[in-house]
Amino acid sequence: MSTDASIRVRRGALDLDVSFSVPSGEVVALLGPNGAGKSTVLRVLAGLLAVESGSIAIDRVVVDDPTHGVFVDPERRPVGVVFQDYLLFPNLTALENVAFGLRARGVSRGDARTTARGWLDRVGLTDFARHRPDQLSGGQAQRVALARALATEPRLLLLDEPLAAMDAGTRGDVRRDLRRFLDTFDGARILVTHDPVDAYALADRVIVLEAGRVSQTGTLGEVTAQPRSRYVADLVGVNLLSGTLRANVLTTASGGEVVATGDTPDGAAFVVIRPQSVALHITQPSGSPRNAWPATVADVDEHADRVRVRLDGVVPLVAEITPSALASLALQSGDHIWAAAKATETVAYPA
Amino acid sequence: MTLAVVAVGFFALPLIGLLWKAPWSDAWSILARSNSLTALRLSVWCSLWATLLSLVFGVPLAWLLARVEFPGRSIVRALCTLSMVLPPVVGGVALFFALGRRGLVGQYLDRWFDIRLPFTTTGVVVAQTFVAMPFLVITVEAALRQMDTRYEDAARTLGASRWYVFGRVTLPAIRPALVAGAVLAWARALGEFGATITFAGNFPGTTQTMPLSVYLALETDPREAIVLAIVMVVLSFAVLVGLRDRWLGSLGNLRLS
Repeated sequence: MSTDASIRVRRGALDLDVSFSVPSGEVVALLGPNGAGKSTVLRVLAGLLAVESGSIAIDRVVVDDPTHGVFVDPERRPVGVVFQDYLLFPNLTALENVAFGLRARGVSRGDARTTARGWLDRVGLTDFARHRPDQLSGGQAQRVALARALATEPRLLLLDEPLAAMDAGTRGDVRRDLRRFLDTFDGARILVTHDPVDAYALADRVIVLEAGRVSQTGTLGEVTAQPRSRYVADLVGVNLLSGTLRANVLTTASGGEVVATGDTPDGAAFVVIRPQSVALHITQPSGSPRNAWPATVADVDEHADRVRVRLDGVVPLVAEITPSALASLALQSGDHIWAAAKATETVAYPA
Repeated sequence: MTLAVVAVGFFALPLIGLLWKAPWSDAWSILARSNSLTALRLSVWCSLWATLLSLVFGVPLAWLLARVEFPGRSIVRALCTLSMVLPPVVGGVALFFALGRRGLVGQYLDRWFDIRLPFTTTGVVVAQTFVAMPFLVITVEAALRQMDTRYEDAARTLGASRWYVFGRVTLPAIRPALVAGAVLAWARALGEFGATITFAGNFPGTTQTMPLSVYLALETDPREAIVLAIVMVVLSFAVLVGLRDRWLGSLGNLRLS
């Protein structure tokens, strides 16, 4: 049992073309910057938007396939959605919100309320049945939204930025609760987020979506160990260089050369350099570092215990140094310096 | 501040003038002997029917204008709200040539269904609906546009059909606008004069509504006109005051959440 999707949709500036499969029991995070098409993927899966080409099947039942003229309306799909901001109906109580889906499917008022009460119990909100949405905290509203989505017993659960509306203080607790509730559900779960911490805490696997395309998939560990795009590299906080590798020397498009380690075959490749591995020198370093590049200081960003120095040059980099190193180098924007990294700290992998 | 006070005075003064000139001692006997009670009953009856028809046809129209994209939508919107800016007499004349016994459609209504609208009570309702419905349409359309449609999406994903969503999510969300629009339409229908007298005539008991009767009385017995005018003022004022706080006051926050 799984959800299998091949989605092609164009909407304004977005040209979405993605394919993926999510087995039942797995939690997948769609990770990506704003405008990458994450929410559009959810809308398409929920049936609020049709694919232009491609197909969607949930547990082998095709729900959208334009070439065969199949389109199942959202109300007939086995899909539950927890929306961003939760969208609880403001004129209904928590209990009525959870009962809404059952009532809409023709379940009698009494039966729907009994079932809904059971769901509120499961998310620990027994005493809040008569509260209206504006009387609930963000975490409580989220649990009501989750109970409301699960009460109709979907096979696929979608969560759109489930933690975006939380303030930092409650975020950790809500995240842990959410993980626990997600684990009790046996269907496929897809959540949209732009926060790798949420993805790490909630998901088994990550699909990185950028500009309408899947740029990378895997466990969060795999994805962050070998970033394949600037976006992921920035999320992880590492320098990503791409170019052509020949005999363990990567040549970038701008002509910079980086000596790497590993036994990566020749061809298109990436090299990751951690900012902590970049050392700065006033003059050209002599001795062991084989990677040394002239650079210009673009800007200096001082934090409490570390300093990030952005460098322009043939090999653009971010270096992280200590405040005392900054003091001894006396760096200012526009200074010409040298950046160096040991080859053992520059790992290459195929693009 | 001063200008605002002037504005209030501008609205209050005519009412004070009416009250000042009112023949209070004979008021009741004037009301009793004129056929004004018949006119009042007819006015209330016809205006309520016009409001009902405005709701039945106006809400779907508002929905169409707010939610469905189709070519020429702005033209259709202009067409459907034209009677707000048109002189009512012109509207009445137009209705006459469309629905009159020799009219474009009226001749067939007459020949095939034996239905004649001009100079009948039904004609009054038609004329009032014609001028009143746009008020409901623009109010409800604005609310439908402002509403956060994601609530409707949420309801669909929970298994609700389009109709269920409309009844349980959309209508509750736009209810203040619906009430406000209905009140505006009703008020417009109650005060309707020009289109009614042109299309439906001025027959006591069948088409002579309060405004017509006030105008007529002004020529024969100004004291009667004043009494009738006060009755209308009291009726309209009572409705506006009664609804204001509960419904019209909430016009500012139509959106859900």
